[in-house]
Amino acid sequence: MLKEKYDVIVIGAGPAGLAAAIEAKKTGAQDVLVIERAQELGGILQQCIHNGFGLLIFKKDMPGPAYAQHFIDELAGLHIDTLLDAMALNVTSERHVYATSRWSGFVELDTRALVLAMGCRERTRAQIALPGTRPAGVYTAGTAQRFVNIEGFMPGKRFVILGSGDIGMIMARRLTFEGAKVERVLEIMPFLTGLTRNYVQCLMDYDIPLQLHHTVKRIMGNDRVEAIESVQIDKQRQPIPGTEETIPCDTLLLSVGLIPENELSRKAGVSLDSVTGGPFVDEKMQTSVPGIFAAGNVVHVYDLVDWVTEAGLLCGRNAAQYAITERKNHGRRVKMKAGDNVRYVVPHVMDKESLAESAQRLQMRVTLPIEEPVWVEVMNGEERVTRKAELYVRPGEMVNIDIPQSAYDAVQRASELSVRVVRR
Amino acid sequence: MDVTMEGEAVVKMEGNSCKRGIDYVTGELKDPRRMVTTTVRVRGGVHPLAPVYTESPIPKPRILDLLAEIRRIELKAPVKFGDVIIKNALGTGVNVLASRNIPAKSEAS
Amino acid sequence: MADREYDVIIIGAGVVGSMVARFLSRYKLDVLLIEKDSDIGMGASSANTAIIHAGYDPKPGTLKAEMNVMGNQMFDQLAGELNFTFERRGDYVVAIGPEEFAKLESLRQQGLENGVPGMVILNGADVRRRERNINPEVSGALWATTGGICDPFGVVIAAAENAVVNGVTLMTDTVFQDFIMEGKRIVGIKTNRGDFRSRWVVNSAGLYSDVVMHKAGLRPEFKITPRKGEYYVFDKAEITINNVLFPVPSATSKGILVTTTVHGNTIIGPNALEIDDKEDRSITREGLDEIWQGAINLVPSLSLRYSIAEFAGLRPGGNAPCANPDVKYDKDFIIEIPKQVDGLVNLGGIESPGLSSSPAIAVRVIDLLKGAGEKLEEKSEWNPIRRARPRFRDMLPTEQKLLIENDPSYGRIICRCENVTEGEIVAEIHAPIPARTYDAIKRRTWLGTGRCQGGFDTPRVVEILARELGVSPLEISKKGKGSEFLVRPTKDKEAE
Repeated sequence: MLKEKYDVIVIGAGPAGLAAAIEAKKTGAQDVLVIERAQELGGILQQCIHNGFGLLIFKKDMPGPAYAQHFIDELAGLHIDTLLDAMALNVTSERHVYATSRWSGFVELDTRALVLAMGCRERTRAQIALPGTRPAGVYTAGTAQRFVNIEGFMPGKRFVILGSGDIGMIMARRLTFEGAKVERVLEIMPFLTGLTRNYVQCLMDYDIPLQLHHTVKRIMGNDRVEAIESVQIDKQRQPIPGTEETIPCDTLLLSVGLIPENELSRKAGVSLDSVTGGPFVDEKMQTSVPGIFAAGNVVHVYDLVDWVTEAGLLCGRNAAQYAITERKNHGRRVKMKAGDNVRYVVPHVMDKESLAESAQRLQMRVTLPIEEPVWVEVMNGEERVTRKAELYVRPGEMVNIDIPQSAYDAVQRASELSVRVVRR
Repeated sequence: MDVTMEGEAVVKMEGNSCKRGIDYVTGELKDPRRMVTTTVRVRGGVHPLAPVYTESPIPKPRILDLLAEIRRIELKAPVKFGDVIIKNALGTGVNVLASRNIPAKSEAS
Repeated sequence: MADREYDVIIIGAGVVGSMVARFLSRYKLDVLLIEKDSDIGMGASSANTAIIHAGYDPKPGTLKAEMNVMGNQMFDQLAGELNFTFERRGDYVVAIGPEEFAKLESLRQQGLENGVPGMVILNGADVRRRERNINPEVSGALWATTGGICDPFGVVIAAAENAVVNGVTLMTDTVFQDFIMEGKRIVGIKTNRGDFRSRWVVNSAGLYSDVVMHKAGLRPEFKITPRKGEYYVFDKAEITINNVLFPVPSATSKGILVTTTVHGNTIIGPNALEIDDKEDRSITREGLDEIWQGAINLVPSLSLRYSIAEFAGLRPGGNAPCANPDVKYDKDFIIEIPKQVDGLVNLGGIESPGLSSSPAIAVRVIDLLKGAGEKLEEKSEWNPIRRARPRFRDMLPTEQKLLIENDPSYGRIICRCENVTEGEIVAEIHAPIPARTYDAIKRRTWLGTGRCQGGFDTPRVVEILARELGVSPLEISKKGKGSEFLVRPTKDKEAE
């Protein structure tokens, strides 16, 4: 059963989200919820079946899913709510969350602290304006990885990979392991953009040629990719005429960069850094909106998941502390209600502690005129907190009443105060 | 990085910045080993494949044989993280383990 | 593959063919609409600027002018009946500098001659007020209040669906090969799926309208020269243009626009490149550079950083002279019942303003049939109303909640960027004109058109299509046979 109000809601159950949720709970947040769009926890780690994870945190080299399993198991033991197969549609700066899932329908939730941990998405063919036709067989490396490792299907037989980032190189090996042929890896930069270790173990080991200073000039093929025209580029990143080569293949994999997923960050009204693409954050991982925190690839792109976990832990701790403070402060606030013959009272809400410093003035208007002497009374249920005599009250004339400092104790007992007007 | 060999032994290394480098280079030259990660078929699970990994690196020349061996296997869900899929794979002394849980289909809500 | 008798066969289910089918569906006629591709509207109708033109641009006295203005007036009622998205926003022909300003008045005069109402010349300050990011050298604009924007595929599917629901038979993957003639009378057509007989054939084959009419021996000199137009699409969160902005037109094209769309994105384009290949919709470096140069002339503050997609459309440019010999124009529409053969309504060269003209062309086709002696008897049960299917992203939270309560599959978001739900996808797969490929679903729901360009949704859509169609995921394709996404199960083959 979902609660209406949480201490911490975490959006995204990848390594950042899992760490944040776990640490938030351990720091003392009472009600923690993780919202995840996939049907299981773990995020992108579930499709990163290669090893290289956990060397710092666990002092062991393990595959992505194994790394995730540690946190998934820990979360399970901590009474943290999860909402899976659910998409967060909107979050407001007041930390109201709208989400939808097949299983629980349309849900509206409130939270004291929010953690954005949605990760990042891949740069697309369109964003690099790759010329040519638009056949089937053009994938970002991550989408291909999902098909191969989770859905269980190969997206092609002969591959060209654009980009020497780690995802591209890892996929080169993965596809080779599953019987496909990787013809070429093209890299526009004059240097390898991923780890050397991956170059050795993914490309060199399997005799997959890497060409630096190269890119895709255009994609060919009407219904399905039939070939890639590659071209060498000069120091100004311009294509060198005459260096074109047509590489027959049926699939082009793009590994051309990651961008923080900021749809929700935008909706929440947090300020975004145009350089990283993610939210501005302070040392607590808090964004420009109080109570909204962010961790992981959604802030900037990491290359080691262990550091993502660290960021998530830090974020979760701070989010929990924010929520705990909010809970305490809420007890400090008393609401003002309009009672008999009062149309409205301002302020609407008051910090009880403010009476320690000075008397607090309430202002109101009455609904109907009473041309006789009256009491204006501030009540906590049946207990009178303070009152003031007036010769008459009229809607056209605003009425003031001060809650004196001597009423401090009486106000501490209240969660709500009402103001009414009665005849003397 | 420069490596001087005398026969099969690494005699001198220059330019390596990490102490493990000597072991690594020696290993790479004489007995290159790799961690192998791949997937194995699962019957009746929430996913059709389970990711698996070698507990420690296996000799590089045996990788393709290991992949072929793994390809012949079909597990039955549920699979648990750490389950031994192949013990002492190809006589290398290395076990192949499951990298995560794959629940059986009916378990999932 | 059996022979069948129809009253009318329409060749080509683009916007024109679909509109003709829809208007014909009112009458007691057996109508067959055939389409060579795997889905309707994949030709010229699939990629264009989505503008319902006001009609000042075509040369007065041409069919283009007449059909444009007549069609434009029909869109409000049609959008109400068929429930496609249409906004009568008005459009602007923007003059940069004093020389261009002088041309605006002649354009307005041309509009008046064509019968276009509601045109006003604005000065530079007016334009700057309405469009903050316009080139500060703007000297003025022709504001045509009857111009509009729409979802072009939405128009096609709405018209075709209404036709099908009212009894028209639609056959996709059906390629016209030849006419069946008895003397000079067309009595049917041959296709890759058999022969079909009919009393009338309507040629609305767009890019291939020349090929079709040549098979009947008509107009051998008529040739469709495809003119490719490329576009950039921008991220709606980053770039907001309020209006439809044209440059002052040149001899060959309406020019490179900067315009908003009904989806809220800003798009720029098209250029105009004559090509030979009727299926070449490739994006080119040169084409993109050209539209970029044109666009920043109108809105200098555009930034390519925020482009999220490119696409290209093909105009079926014809070379037919205007039927009125006094009008010197050689690229007019062909809308005729030719004398040389019987039983054909011949449409050719329906390029821009084809979309705007489409309902008027349909009405004209019916007039031609009546003029040729067809007794068109109305069906009492004809239903001109086509109800739109729910669009989750356009609904208020309370409406969304109700929708999900009635059908939980609307609670599962498949395309994150455009908030398209599984319920909508399933509805399109089982609609009167079913979507069976990824692109077909994309055209109908707008999924995969946002920032991630299908990166997140593709595996899920493949899964849903496979499930709903009862086939293996290996059979699911991007745009029909030959464009399947997947080749084999992961574990099917030995590693080499």
